[in-house]
Amino acid sequence: MALLTIQNLSLGYDSHTFLENLNFSVNAGEYLCIVGENGSGKTTLMKTLLQLQEPISGRILVGDGLKSNEIGYLPQQTVVQKDFPASVREIVLSGCQGRCGLRPFYNREEKQLAEDNMERMGIASLSGRCYRELSGGQQQRVLLARALCATRKVLLLDEPVSGLDPKVTAEMYDLISKLNQEGITIIMISHDISAAIRYASHVLHIGTNIFYGARDEYVKSDVGSFFLREQEGGDSK
Amino acid sequence: MMDKLGMYLSYPFVRYALIVGVLIALCSSLLGVTLVLKRFSFIGDGLSHVAFGAMAIASVVGLTNEMLLVLPITVISAILLLRTGQNAKIKGDAAIAMISVGALAFGYLIMNIFSTSSNLSGDVCSTLFGSTSILTLTRREVWLCAVLSIVVAVIFVLFYNKIFAVTFDENFSKATGTNADSYNLLIAIVIAVIIVLAMNLVGSLLISALVIFPALSAMRLFRSFRQVTICSAVLSVICAFTGIIISILAGTPVGSTIVAAQVAAFAICYVAGRLTGGVLK
Repeated sequence: MALLTIQNLSLGYDSHTFLENLNFSVNAGEYLCIVGENGSGKTTLMKTLLQLQEPISGRILVGDGLKSNEIGYLPQQTVVQKDFPASVREIVLSGCQGRCGLRPFYNREEKQLAEDNMERMGIASLSGRCYRELSGGQQQRVLLARALCATRKVLLLDEPVSGLDPKVTAEMYDLISKLNQEGITIIMISHDISAAIRYASHVLHIGTNIFYGARDEYVKSDVGSFFLREQEGGDSK
Repeated sequence: MMDKLGMYLSYPFVRYALIVGVLIALCSSLLGVTLVLKRFSFIGDGLSHVAFGAMAIASVVGLTNEMLLVLPITVISAILLLRTGQNAKIKGDAAIAMISVGALAFGYLIMNIFSTSSNLSGDVCSTLFGSTSILTLTRREVWLCAVLSIVVAVIFVLFYNKIFAVTFDENFSKATGTNADSYNLLIAIVIAVIIVLAMNLVGSLLISALVIFPALSAMRLFRSFRQVTICSAVLSVICAFTGIIISILAGTPVGSTIVAAQVAAFAICYVAGRLTGGVLK
């Protein structure tokens, strides 16, 4: 069974529906990229997958031994975080919070997990530094390490490269695909269609036309080729 | 001067004031960091005005123990303010302003219409600025205050990691299985308790100072959440202690003197932060 199966999902705010009859599934080890124009409901879909928001109708089935709180999440940065006085270690460790339940303090195993994930993201040397003094790319690595503390299976990334310069963006994508090769399922929201095509195994395009399928099919499909041309045309201007 | 101080300290009411003052300062500083970061700096002001309104109602109704009415009303307001959080139709600052001004006006109105005392403006002034109430505490009030302060401090330590996680990133906490809503509720209740306690010390108007100054001062100097929390607690206690001592020796109002000490501490921290290349960039 798939890790996540989405059946007939409709999304919207209040009584206004803007996305209907969404069907797709995510299997272990896949790299799904969710693309679409601004306002097409990408972030709402993400929030629904994380169960932060109720869908209007439809179901999200979780399978393959995945618990609904075992989904790691890399959110877009909030204003609050930009001047938050916290050390890198404190933030990464807070990713283990979901494991704690009512236990007030972190145990040795969780501290070790945080250390390992900082090592994995190449930020071990920064562990005592203040989060707000780091560069954008370093901050993303910190949040990624935190997300890895919360999951061993699935990562949801919301525009992971927004606001990063091209070099750091490329590093970030490499890091993400390295995690994917290590067996972590990736679900990424992006408006960077060229990256989606380069790295993803599957593409979900939402908007007026919905497409879901493997990357190669997407490139050949009407929706995909139109969207690709448009973006490339936009970039070359 | 030491003789004078020694003489004052031999009076029980001075000792009570010092104990209560230091405990309240400790508690109010603990959650200050969270509130400042959540953009709720003014919640102290708002809730204390609600408490003022509740107090006015209590005195008009003639309740002997005002706390019975004041505490629940303040707790409910705190929950309404903090729980709605990010999804509210009326955002944090506007909601606080509304509740604060509304409760203040309502409280004064009630006091005016159903006045039972001959010195109305004196009553209002002492509720707002705290004036001398900290010097007139009874033994029972000191115990109540001490017990509540200890409870608040213990809750804070036990939930420290959860409060950090929820403050830093509410959505992430929710998505990974932390019950962020109930911790927000907990924060709201604790804040309300602290504010009702602190009203005895500095009065409604100056409570915000007790909540935000230590946190802001500490944030000039330190970089990790733990350091900032510890530093703000220490600063707050020192300022409350010196403030009370100075006010006793110089005969100044307690609340304003404490706040003046906080402002001075902030100035020192700001300069120190700048000099050491601190966090202000």
